[in-house]
Amino acid sequence: MTTNTSNRAADIFTRYEQPILEDWLREQLAALTARQDLISEADLRRQSTELFALFISACRTGSFTDISTPGWKTVLEYLANVSRTRAQQGFTPSETATVVFSIKQPLFARLRQELGANAEALADELWSATVLLDKLGLYTTEVFLKSREDIIKRQQAEMLELSTPVVKLWDGVLAVPLVGTLDSARTQVVMEGILQSIVDTGSSMAIVDITGVPIVDTLVAQHLLNTVFAAKLMGAQCIISGIRPQIAQAMVHLGVEFGSVVTKATLADALAYAFQQIGVTVTNKAPIA
Amino acid sequence: MDQIPILKVGEFLLVSIQVDMHDRQALSLQDDLTTQVVKTRAKGVLIDISSLEIVDSFIGRMLGNMASITQVLGAHAVVVGMRPAVAITIVELGLSLTNVRTALNVDKGMALLRMQMNQEMNEGGHEPFEK
Repeated sequence: MTTNTSNRAADIFTRYEQPILEDWLREQLAALTARQDLISEADLRRQSTELFALFISACRTGSFTDISTPGWKTVLEYLANVSRTRAQQGFTPSETATVVFSIKQPLFARLRQELGANAEALADELWSATVLLDKLGLYTTEVFLKSREDIIKRQQAEMLELSTPVVKLWDGVLAVPLVGTLDSARTQVVMEGILQSIVDTGSSMAIVDITGVPIVDTLVAQHLLNTVFAAKLMGAQCIISGIRPQIAQAMVHLGVEFGSVVTKATLADALAYAFQQIGVTVTNKAPIA
Repeated sequence: MDQIPILKVGEFLLVSIQVDMHDRQALSLQDDLTTQVVKTRAKGVLIDISSLEIVDSFIGRMLGNMASITQVLGAHAVVVGMRPAVAITIVELGLSLTNVRTALNVDKGMALLRMQMNQEMNEGGHEPFEK
């Protein structure tokens, strides 16, 4: 049965190669009318022709309904490639799966034309073709989601790096303006960044500014304290600045004790304190008018 | 077993740990240091750990102990040049080392010791006995 079906489908594909390809292209173009900006017609035509050629040779060599057989390997690779590219270009999952599903209509039309009189054979053919195309379509969606996840992971890693700059305010004074929620993973990156910069620049003061941190709970406070203690062990002093009124209240209500750690309301206060510690005095050159 | 050298620099002692210490070495260093502080009547001890890459809770505690022992003997101790990874490890291990003074490098450690000695002299209000 399987070989029989496979042969018959392959026969139909080979015999009607050009018309099926044309219909398929038309279907895809119709589905993509709004997406002409993302892929050109020429590209789509080339892609479809190549995919179709691989598809026909796979129908001949492999089992018709089992895409895990080696005969389908090249088709799957090509589809994965198409799917990945489309995920990056910004297509939706449905649009990507349509590449495979839109071949149904032209194929079914040809099958009916060939086997119209033989209802049983027609049903068999339709069934195996549906099974095959559904599998291919689902595979496309899977690859699509996988590549989207990869993109998200890469962006997260990039954000982690971007969001923790260590700036030098003065000779021996570093500042780390923190923006966004602090979780364990991010604190680790921040901590390593601060400590490494302390070594690199030989700074004895580091100001951690938390103006941009929306929520400070006990866990975040613990993370901050760990950073301060680690800096102290290396011989640098850490100041925490930018504590907003609501956050100061919340911390006291939570019972967070900063103990011996110096905390200031604004970055300016912290810088003034740091100057005092390293023995720098700042004066106005002329009285402000 | 390699002994960790203790150098006398002026009125201070300089201990430079150049290898990853194992426990026996740390214990023998503690003995040597105690003896040397008493023998040389040093006013301060600098422990340079800039080459130390691996610490466990034992070595961490030994650093704290050496600082405390030195203080009991009337000298100041400063641990200098701790690497970021070592600092993170010690904090994660929950060792507070609150009694240990620290500095970024030997230069700054030396300056810290001098400052403390001057402070003491001013508080005491008289010249040190040796002079």
